[in-house]
Amino acid sequence: MGVLKLFRKPAPKLLRLPSGCFTVGCHGTVLSRTVASSFPRTLVEEIARQVLRVFREGARAQLPLAELNIHYASLKITAHALRGGALVFLAPKDSGAKCAASRPVCP
Amino acid sequence: MHETGVRRFMRKESDGRPRILLVDDDPDLLEMFREILAQLPSRPHVHTATSGARALALLEAGGFRVLICDLMMPKMDGLQILSIVRRKYPELRTVVLTSVVDGEFRSRGYALGVDLFCQKPASEEEIRLFLECLESLLGRETQGGFRGVQSKSLLDIIQLECQSQSSLVLRITNGKLTGKIWIHEGEIVDAETEGQRGEAAFQQILSWRAGHFETLPDEPSRPRAITKPYNGLLLESAQALDESRAEPEVQGPAEPTGSAPAGVLEIEGIEFVLALKQGEASPLVARGLEDPKGMQTWARLSMSGFRSLGERLRAGPLEQIEALGPQRHVALANQGELELCVGLKPLMGAGQVRDVMKKVLELWAC
Repeated sequence: MGVLKLFRKPAPKLLRLPSGCFTVGCHGTVLSRTVASSFPRTLVEEIARQVLRVFREGARAQLPLAELNIHYASLKITAHALRGGALVFLAPKDSGAKCAASRPVCP
Repeated sequence: MHETGVRRFMRKESDGRPRILLVDDDPDLLEMFREILAQLPSRPHVHTATSGARALALLEAGGFRVLICDLMMPKMDGLQILSIVRRKYPELRTVVLTSVVDGEFRSRGYALGVDLFCQKPASEEEIRLFLECLESLLGRETQGGFRGVQSKSLLDIIQLECQSQSSLVLRITNGKLTGKIWIHEGEIVDAETEGQRGEAAFQQILSWRAGHFETLPDEPSRPRAITKPYNGLLLESAQALDESRAEPEVQGPAEPTGSAPAGVLEIEGIEFVLALKQGEASPLVARGLEDPKGMQTWARLSMSGFRSLGERLRAGPLEQIEALGPQRHVALANQGELELCVGLKPLMGAGQVRDVMKKVLELWAC
């Protein structure tokens, strides 16, 4: 049986929502992070890039910004501007309680 | 004649049997479920796909009523598929059928608007229950209505509760808006939504055309703010709804000469309002800004950038962005096909910004 395990294809994994925070420098380099290492670094960098871009384009549109709050259905991103870089917090929303309280879809 | 997306989407096969698309990376499982689903009373046509890309290609052809999707799949997982499907085919009913028992993924599935989140059935009884749920889903209408009861209007739901002399509180959610209606022994006692109470709140809630509702336990101590009998109240609401539907819809011009709904600019703290329509260069509404171009570019860039980031993260739909600055705050949110960009005074806190945006979206929804 052990031999068969060698040929078994690895089960695909679902991406968990990130939780924690990270800092990003003005050049887009992620300097430190408490986000789980299992969460892909490329996605952390993508969040950082998008946050910096919105801060920068805001300044260009005469809208200097200090904080960004981005609300998704199951995640909240909070970003504080830090001298060209940013401190970014990622917090999954717990919608489990709400779902459980709702009337089930099935009659 | 060019077929609209929704009509194409809802098109059945000529024999009137609904079409189901089943997505799983395991071909054996697909074959098994194809046989199981063939037992449904509506005798649906069951199509299968072993990957997200194949499923999306099949959906593009149109005509599917229900999508049943596994979560754990290589390359494109179920959450990614659902996220795309929700945006491209909002009318499609979606079901997650998975062996994942983690509550986080269940929550995220519901946040993506799935109709049913089921574990893969392991016994005959579970299969029977799953088929019952699915048959019920196949029988539902798709034109609005309140999910939770088979696409009844809110008027119908309240009438049913009153006729059956129920005592309960109905909590209704329509996007970001929430309202409550207190019913005691078959009479409507009170209603409340976003700063309104009594009859005005009741009429406001009734004007919502779709949403979710849940029933909460009775609150017998709630003071009576509505004294009219429920029949009269529902009749008035039905008339008001008919009148509002009879009014021709005002199409916004391409130039920013449209106007924000009455009362939006009077909300305390608002400095400007910009309403942008996707795919159109000029804003539909631009009030309170001398030169809206820069703000418009920033708003579009922010919304599209964070929307695609949300899809990559599988975090569900983008609900709102609050950008806080020393000179002014700006909030961005979707309202139907529009992207709203609202400028606010900088002294407000993030909570106040959210409250103001709730009011704006409520006025815009009406």
